[in-house]
Amino acid sequence: MIKAKSLTDARSQAGSNNELTWWIFMRISGLLLVFLVLGHIYMTFIQVSESDATYDAVVSKLSNPAWKFYDWLILVLAVMHGVNGARYSIEDYVRSRPNRFWVKGVFFSVVGIILVLGTVGLFSIR
Amino acid sequence: MTVTQERPAVEVADHQQLVTLKIRRYDPEVDPEANWQEFQVPVEKGDRLLDALHHVKWYLDGSLTFRRSCAHGVCGSDAMRVNGVNRLACKVLVKDLGGRDGDTITVEPIKGLAVLKDLVVDMDPFFEAFKSIKPFLITSGNEPTRERLQSAEDRARFEDTTKCIMCAACTTACPVFWNDEAYFGPQAIVMAHRFIFDSRDEGADERLEILNEKEGVWRCRTTFNCTDACPRGIQVTKAIQEVKRALIFRKV
Repeated sequence: MIKAKSLTDARSQAGSNNELTWWIFMRISGLLLVFLVLGHIYMTFIQVSESDATYDAVVSKLSNPAWKFYDWLILVLAVMHGVNGARYSIEDYVRSRPNRFWVKGVFFSVVGIILVLGTVGLFSIR
Repeated sequence: MTVTQERPAVEVADHQQLVTLKIRRYDPEVDPEANWQEFQVPVEKGDRLLDALHHVKWYLDGSLTFRRSCAHGVCGSDAMRVNGVNRLACKVLVKDLGGRDGDTITVEPIKGLAVLKDLVVDMDPFFEAFKSIKPFLITSGNEPTRERLQSAEDRARFEDTTKCIMCAACTTACPVFWNDEAYFGPQAIVMAHRFIFDSRDEGADERLEILNEKEGVWRCRTTFNCTDACPRGIQVTKAIQEVKRALIFRKV
């Protein structure tokens, strides 16, 4: 807890965290994801009939960099939004400092691997 | 372990009803474990929970320990967890807690602070958080020779948060506080709100920086437990959100 004697003290002690930035990120990414994912569902399941949704069709669509970026945006925003939400829960419910460190470490590693695999998979399509 | 009073049947007058108070007892000098104890208490229609607790302390078991002072919802001493929610014992009527013949009312100490004895908890962490947000008027320049004047609109801006009696019902209703005592808790933020939005005060930036800390307002998950618990009807969650907004836009 901060025991600042002046504004400069308070700022130097409080300035070292990004909670404000993350809080805003959660609002913006959440709102964006609603539209991105709804658009994705529409294009994948409603606009295209089941017989047209072949492997070749998907690959040819993803050869367009714009669609690649669209999918990658969903991947990154969803992963970051979810990771930060889970971080909130971990900080709220895992009380002991060593446990918190390990739980966070394992969790961030697993999600990091998923993010890298998804990105590599998406961009290896030509 | 549940202990039931073994006494002759309680005499209940016609205008009274018999309710069971199930109280969380803890006395480290007798038993290192806390346990439940039940008391049969005759209550009248207008009786508050505090009257029922007084009946226990005065006639059934004098060792029951709880805080109370004014007994009229102003001093904020007797916040407790009643039927699972935080209430002031002096402001809640037994008849509103069920309170019909044979009903059981559970009474526990408020959660998240260390219990000292029975319903008495250690309030020090709570007051530490309160002190850390500088709960006093900060001004610069010369003292005026008369009152610091303020328009009715400026006063209305922070009217809601001036009503706080510091009973800790909100802070100890907060799930984040239960798990992390380092969190400032709703009460400290309410008190900061009271000064941040006061037009006469000049310490807003300082207090906002303090609340921008890792354990500050960003730990709030807007579960509204604090607003539900407040015996003064303060819109606690709204006050916290207003502090967040002031931090984002740097405008008070």
